Amino acid sequence: MNTKNILIVGVGGQGTLLTSRILGNLAVDLGYDVKLSEVHGMSQRGGSVVTHVRYGTKVYSPLVEVGEADIILSFEKMEALRWKHFLSAEGKMLVNTQESDPMPVITGSASYPTDIMEKLYADCKEVIEIDGVSIAKELGNIRVVNTILLGLLAQSMDIPKDQWIEAIKLTVPEKTIDINIQAFEKGYYHGINLNREV
Amino acid sequence: MKRLMLGNEAVARGAYESGVKVSTAYPGTPSTEITEFIAKYEEIYAQWSPNEKVALEVAIGSSISGARSICAMKHVGLNVAADPLFTVSYTGVNGGLVIIVADDPGMHSSQNEQDSRYYARSAHIPMLEPSDSQEAKDFVKEAFNISEKYDTPVLIRLTTRLSHSQSLVKTSQPDEVALKEYNKDATKYVMMPGMAIKRHVVVENRMNQITEDASKFVLNDASYDDLEVGFITSGIPYQYVKEVFPNASVLKLGMVNPLPKSLIQDFCSKVKKVYIIEELEPIFEEQIKSWGIEVIGKDLLTVQGEYSANLLKEKIKNEDLNLAAAETLPGRPPVLCAGCPHRSIYYRLNKLGKHATGDIGCYTLGAIEPLKGLDTCIDMGASIPMLHGIEKARGREYTKDWVAIIGDSTFVHSGITGLIDIVYNKGCSTVMILDNSTTGMTGHQDNPATGVTLKGEKTKQLDLPLLCKSVGINRVRVVDPFKYKDLENAITEETSIEEPSVIIAKAPCQLLDKHSVPKQNYIDVEKCKDCGMCLKLGCPAIKKSHGIMVIDDTLCVGCNLCIGVCKFQAIKKAGVQ
Ligand SMILES: Cc1ncc(C[n+]2csc(CCOP(=O)(O)OP(=O)(O)O)c2C)c(N)n1
Repeated sequence: MNTKNILIVGVGGQGTLLTSRILGNLAVDLGYDVKLSEVHGMSQRGGSVVTHVRYGTKVYSPLVEVGEADIILSFEKMEALRWKHFLSAEGKMLVNTQESDPMPVITGSASYPTDIMEKLYADCKEVIEIDGVSIAKELGNIRVVNTILLGLLAQSMDIPKDQWIEAIKLTVPEKTIDINIQAFEKGYYHGINLNREV
Repeated sequence: MKRLMLGNEAVARGAYESGVKVSTAYPGTPSTEITEFIAKYEEIYAQWSPNEKVALEVAIGSSISGARSICAMKHVGLNVAADPLFTVSYTGVNGGLVIIVADDPGMHSSQNEQDSRYYARSAHIPMLEPSDSQEAKDFVKEAFNISEKYDTPVLIRLTTRLSHSQSLVKTSQPDEVALKEYNKDATKYVMMPGMAIKRHVVVENRMNQITEDASKFVLNDASYDDLEVGFITSGIPYQYVKEVFPNASVLKLGMVNPLPKSLIQDFCSKVKKVYIIEELEPIFEEQIKSWGIEVIGKDLLTVQGEYSANLLKEKIKNEDLNLAAAETLPGRPPVLCAGCPHRSIYYRLNKLGKHATGDIGCYTLGAIEPLKGLDTCIDMGASIPMLHGIEKARGREYTKDWVAIIGDSTFVHSGITGLIDIVYNKGCSTVMILDNSTTGMTGHQDNPATGVTLKGEKTKQLDLPLLCKSVGINRVRVVDPFKYKDLENAITEETSIEEPSVIIAKAPCQLLDKHSVPKQNYIDVEKCKDCGMCLKLGCPAIKKSHGIMVIDDTLCVGCNLCIGVCKFQAIKKAGVQ
């Protein structure tokens, strides 16, 4: 199989690392060779962060190159634009529309761009946006944004849904399994009309 | 069964499978997790040391006494440990001694991008470099074998991309390794001129022997395919070569010092055009060229930063990749967290118009906008002696506008000697120790001042005020950085007197308190005059949204610093009207 290239991007502290590890381990279970490249250290203090996930028959480089990502999952709106050039011509951009102001914006030396979605729609073959924070608030737990985004990612991947759910059960604290599965489903069926068969 | 492992975890597994008894380190990105993973093995004694020099010396002691020992650090840590390094090369080992050093091409979390292979060359120590997690584990085992076979410490070089990427690893059972017998032998372990002169001969012979044997080591792997173009490479860049040139001949060097001369000569005689792909310095290239062999390296490729597959496509294949450019966007630098106790210090220093010599830790983030609270940052511990130097150059009156800023872990690492220097040489500097009860920047490791060991056991806690007094500082005060009047008074008073002083600003790192329920503050729009004072704190939770000041309820932890800053009482505690 050709190597699949996925970038998971966001702001340090948002939990992108955990999402990429869940994906990486699922790919291992399916028998693929897998490489993950993570960001630790300084950027985790609120900096721009990226995790590269690659899997296939044989993977050499741990890095997804500019122009080669099949999917980018962005936990924050502007970060989607920052990493957009990594997306391949056929690639898919998944965006959590949450806005997080970086320090230059907070101090007023720069402003948060207002045309992000327009640029994404113009330059990416496919864009799916999701308001993870509002969905999480509706579910009553702001911490499940990550799992909602995991669900959205799962929707675009050819890995059976049950396996994702198993992985969530193994990763999250026992008391939060139910709410996390609900969150996953919200992401997984995001934008899909569930009544289509009726 | 194979499983995904970080390069650093694989190194730890390698230590376990090699029967390591003693593991030491001082944290430093990207090496930190190695020792954290090792600490999970009950069979291994593992510890944080106050600094890398001490860590290496503990490991040398345990090695000489007969135990397999491992010591890990980041690249700049090896500068600190360089003194014992150069001489343990002479003594050799008893139980195997392996030193892991993690370089940081691209400076993801470092103040420079020095290349540790120079240390291996100049200290005459063999060095291995793995190219994925499986090799990271296997090479540790191989390093112990080489260490004991040739009676030498062995270095293993990692880079950030290896340490922090995950790939599949097959584990095996640990080897049973008995302690070696210890025999007192001054000619080997007491390095004074008479003995060292003789040991230098041993070192030279040893390295000659290893150079000869290296061409046969399986670590160095020549694979021949297309004989027109070939590559000599090591570590992570090997993966980029394989990605871009699947059919090229490749000589992968698992041992990067000493180089396997006859193997390289052989490879270059068979392959027409040979490229050297090495991140950072031209260390292979210069040696190979010095043997009269023509190779191509840094004429095409930079000595800066990390390489990538695309870089090789562009520079070597001359492909026009026509890549989309990155958007120009506001940057997103790392920042002090909401609720960080360091923020208050910089805010007060700004208010009082003070300069500050700085040091390395989370608090270095106070150097950037909007706090801009530091004048310098060179290396760990430098803040204190540098301020003393400024005073000696420009006089005490001048340094009344200055303080030195240093974290608790950094102070213990290498700040104490600087403080003694000030007392001894009649300086008057004011040193501020920002004691947040942890080693924050590297991900919250304990240190002597926290009173807890790497294994999580309680231990004697280093008493920082007592320590400062004992070296001769009469004026030592402990303040709560969130009590801003106390803090301001302390800074004003201590910088105005004619003797040295220490202010310990003590408040725990906000991230340590995992159980507290967020207590979000809010801004009363009626009272807010939009003066922007609160924005000067550089708190990621305070921002302007649709023209009004707001506090982000997903980030605020209720440290209340902003409440004290607002002149119009517009910022309030949650639930308070
Ligand atoms: C010689 C050396 N060793 C290790 C490091 C990595 N490092 C950078 S800052 C730091 C510790 C910071 O802890 P502390 O001084 O307590 O400050 P905090 O981050 O908690 O504010 C370490 C270990 C380094 N830069 N240089």
